[in-house]
Amino acid sequence: MSDVLAAVLMVAGAVFALVAAVGVARLPDLLIRMHAATKAGTLGAGLILLAVAIQGAETGLTLRALAAIFFLLLTAPVSAHLIGRAAYRVGVRLWERTRVDEFETYCRETGRCEAWRQEFQIKSDDAFVKNPNCHPERSEGSLRKTK
Amino acid sequence: MNPSQLVQTAAGAALVLLALGILVAGIRLVRGPDAADRIVAMDLISILIVAFLAALSVRTGHPAVLDVAIAYALVAFLGTVALARWRQRQAAAEKREAP
Repeated sequence: MSDVLAAVLMVAGAVFALVAAVGVARLPDLLIRMHAATKAGTLGAGLILLAVAIQGAETGLTLRALAAIFFLLLTAPVSAHLIGRAAYRVGVRLWERTRVDEFETYCRETGRCEAWRQEFQIKSDDAFVKNPNCHPERSEGSLRKTK
Repeated sequence: MNPSQLVQTAAGAALVLLALGILVAGIRLVRGPDAADRIVAMDLISILIVAFLAALSVRTGHPAVLDVAIAYALVAFLGTVALARWRQRQAAAEKREAP
């Protein structure tokens, strides 16, 4: 019984991992691609490690597999956060159909852009405007709608 | 450790799918365009390698390969963090030099 479960989990995990890879190769911009890389990728690897934990006969093996899952779940959000932060500050080009840039709206509304700009010594507005479709008014409207 | 035939077959299938996934993620690693895109691809590839090693430990029946997977996950995380911080600092330096 546990063998069947382990086999199913292992194949399902591999399929999720493959979907994550296809997503990273095909999705349009970096921040969208990170959805595939960190969520589907971690889920796929986690399911495979869970299968290893289930089919392992020794307790030590099961515990090591569970420790690996724990570590994966601990580190994936941290690395994703760091990559996303770096990418936004680098100013990577967003997808042409992206309509909402919440951070830009937040900056304009609260006026906290200044501290941000000083920290990175950016003098112009350039760092924020990466996509002409992201107008503050439009972003604001979309944000209100979601509330 | 003596995995059953069914689990071994599933591990073999998982190995094939994961190898395919690593190759597909490699497309993004080559194409970029920004270094940050390559960091995302490398991050996913290292997660896939961890999964690959875990499936390999089942397929070969060597539990020691699972330890390799854990050690690799630790090192790969540090690598991703270092690369992401490097890219951010590089961008800040560029903007300081040419505002």
